[in-house]
Amino acid sequence: MANGTIAIPIEEAAVDFYHAEGKRKGILAWLLTTDHKRIGLMYLAAMMLFFLTAMTLGVLMRLEMLTPNNTIMSATTYNSIFTLHGVIMIFLFIIPGIPAVFGNFFLPLQIGAKDVAFPRINLMSWYLYITGGLLAIISLFTFGGAADTGWTFYVPYSIRTTSNVSFTVFAAFVLGFSSILTGVNFITTIHRLRAPGMTFFRMPLFVWGLYATAWIQILATPVIGITLLLIILERTFGIGIFDPTLGGDPLLYQHLFWIYSHPAVYIMILPAMGVVSEILPTFARKDVFGYKQIALSSLAIAMIGYLVWGHHMFSSGISDTSRVVFSLLTFLVAIPSGVKVFNWVATLYKGSIEFRAPLLFVLAFIFIFSIGGLTGLVQGALSTDIHLTDTYFIVGHFHYVMFGGMGTIFFGSLHYWFPKMFGKMYNEKVAIIACTTFVIGFNIMYFTMFILGYEGMPRRYYSYLPQFQTLHRIVTVGSWIMVSGIILMLSNLVRGLIKGEKAPDNPWGGTTLEWRTSSPPPVENFEEIPLVTGGPYVHDRETYVMHPDKEAR
Amino acid sequence: MNGKTTDNHSIGYGTYIMVWLGLVALTAMTVTVSGFNLGALTFVMALLIAISKSMLVGSYFMHLKFEKTVFRVFISVCIVTFIVIIVLTFSDLSFR
Amino acid sequence: MNQEAEAVLGQSLSEDTHEHVHRDDIGSRMGMWLFLLTELLLFGGMFLLYASYRFLYPDGFRAAAIELNTFIGAMNTIILLTSSLSVALSIAALQKGQKKLCIYLLYFTLLSGLVFLINKYFEWGTKFQHGIYPKGPALENMSQGQIMYFGLYYVMTGLHGLHVIAGMVFISIVLALVIKNKLTSTNYTKLENSGLYWHLVDIIWIFLFPLFYLIH
Repeated sequence: MANGTIAIPIEEAAVDFYHAEGKRKGILAWLLTTDHKRIGLMYLAAMMLFFLTAMTLGVLMRLEMLTPNNTIMSATTYNSIFTLHGVIMIFLFIIPGIPAVFGNFFLPLQIGAKDVAFPRINLMSWYLYITGGLLAIISLFTFGGAADTGWTFYVPYSIRTTSNVSFTVFAAFVLGFSSILTGVNFITTIHRLRAPGMTFFRMPLFVWGLYATAWIQILATPVIGITLLLIILERTFGIGIFDPTLGGDPLLYQHLFWIYSHPAVYIMILPAMGVVSEILPTFARKDVFGYKQIALSSLAIAMIGYLVWGHHMFSSGISDTSRVVFSLLTFLVAIPSGVKVFNWVATLYKGSIEFRAPLLFVLAFIFIFSIGGLTGLVQGALSTDIHLTDTYFIVGHFHYVMFGGMGTIFFGSLHYWFPKMFGKMYNEKVAIIACTTFVIGFNIMYFTMFILGYEGMPRRYYSYLPQFQTLHRIVTVGSWIMVSGIILMLSNLVRGLIKGEKAPDNPWGGTTLEWRTSSPPPVENFEEIPLVTGGPYVHDRETYVMHPDKEAR
Repeated sequence: MNGKTTDNHSIGYGTYIMVWLGLVALTAMTVTVSGFNLGALTFVMALLIAISKSMLVGSYFMHLKFEKTVFRVFISVCIVTFIVIIVLTFSDLSFR
Repeated sequence: MNQEAEAVLGQSLSEDTHEHVHRDDIGSRMGMWLFLLTELLLFGGMFLLYASYRFLYPDGFRAAAIELNTFIGAMNTIILLTSSLSVALSIAALQKGQKKLCIYLLYFTLLSGLVFLINKYFEWGTKFQHGIYPKGPALENMSQGQIMYFGLYYVMTGLHGLHVIAGMVFISIVLALVIKNKLTSTNYTKLENSGLYWHLVDIIWIFLFPLFYLIH
């Protein structure tokens, strides 16, 4: 075809999954579904509510920080607000985000399967997610109020404070269980349900990202499970395992906590990196550069990510030997990430670039994530970290990588896969304006934090010295610009949902399997399980046989 | 998908009973050894015996010996992860 | 080609529900194994704490371990090992079409689990009577190492006990399924998976026993 895509016969006649006649009607067709596509959408709906709640908490925090004194809330309220902001964002948005929504919807499609390996357990994961989320919200209104410990629940404060730590912590425990079940489901699905001919090295890179992520979910989450359980047991029975007066070692809590929570950040970012590897070849009309290296780097990041947790504890009192060891290992983890960034840029080089909203999100991501990653190295170096730890520098860093990293790509995924999931198109111009506004606001807000931190502003502090006043104001104004961008973006998508023009099966000319079926897909995804004869990003010839049965006859 | 989804590896009763006898013997051994004062070696022996018992349970009772290789790879990954966690934590504890 | 695949997979599409019922025994066991790995790491976190505190308080641990009854511990070990044997034999029995034997073996497994729990109940009971429990009178006078030992003891054996109960629930369910002929000599993956869970519970105890009872 003229624009370089292959003429792909469009699947027709099959009814899309929204309108398929099922055993159940109405809301039960959703609440009791085992269709991975519906489950993905249910995650999306719930997640958007949780995200907007936590975003509001963030806006309130920044309003409070406009002045060094009580602006709109007391100090103890502020502690609970930033704790809940962290708990909701991390456990309800960033960790589950891309796997639960886009992984659920697109993993079976991309590997040519009809569903995941354990559809009913998939539904159970969603219910656990909802339960955990509700518990977290309810904790705000329980006796003692939500935990005021920070999302890290450090002992001994978390054992002694009268706020309702057990409730909040139990919410996180339930969410961990949801995460574990998703991990089990995805690994089994990827091992057992790939279409004939799809070897591991013919899988889309998003699937590789999900695979590496699922392994971390399985291997790391149980450790925080037991740690959170121990907090509850400590508070209830006074067992003493972390109580220094009884011989316990609070540092062991920190070890256990970060043994999960560091790998958790790779749960957050690996799927996002996978999506980047999807969007780039589509809009560059070119095969990905270094497919094998990108695939293996996902596994490398997952593995090395296990070895670095001590860098969260450099000033906590661990031995000098371990600090040097962890610092060295932390530098190693940047290498596979660097491999990805180089390969992404090389994918764009000499490509036939089509500039659309999803690509803009990806380009913003590469810029933002690079800043986030580089500041991570500054923190990984022992000498500089001693000065920067527990300052706003850290807050800037993790918002760059978590929000600017995963968040930007979550939004990008929404735009990339919107036509496929909903069968509609959004307004391209508004999407670009919203993305630009978001990126500008984001950088104003969070880059300033690096400066604040470097100059000594501590994190989680309610009050501050007058010299930080201007910078805090800049951060808050940045937050307003950023949030406007987000609201504009979401409104645009909602409008597209309601009034958008009908989407074609393959609006972007993508080459992976989800684009070979209707927008939205039918219940069984494909008329026949396809046969795979080549890689996922080949633009000049066919690598999928969509009707192997028909063609055989 | 690799086509085969079921496999009937049927182990005889006799093999299971032999494994059980081995497990009981190892249990007796570990109780006996713990009585000897060999310092740190006693602890190492106890761990080695426990590992051997686990491997017997895993290989025969849990059929790992007869499953696809990928299952053994999964477990190895888990064990290596656990060992790494212990080693790195002790890089702190032993050098304080 | 797809028809062959369907035949092997036993894939069938339910017309009115659009839900697929496809059978993949290997995949089913794979899912169970992956779940077991998460259980291993759940206890792994506790074993890490055990290793750390034993390293920090070698004398305290030795002093505290005296309170434990090695004989009951060894008996409980044998009981669990035998129950692992019985559940493994039950699968072999079902494979050979010996339904009655399978059922008796599963009942035996459940009974063993129950005896284990009863022993545990008495063990814990004795300690409570002696004031050895978190914030208990005897524990207050003990060294920090001893306090850590008993903290770990209660959490780890308690968590293990909960898993014994969970395992017994799974075994009861599959027992009912075998009785009702829902599980047969050609369809027994659920029994295998319950067996796997039970063996995990056994393996955890294989480590708990020497670590808590055999420190001399």
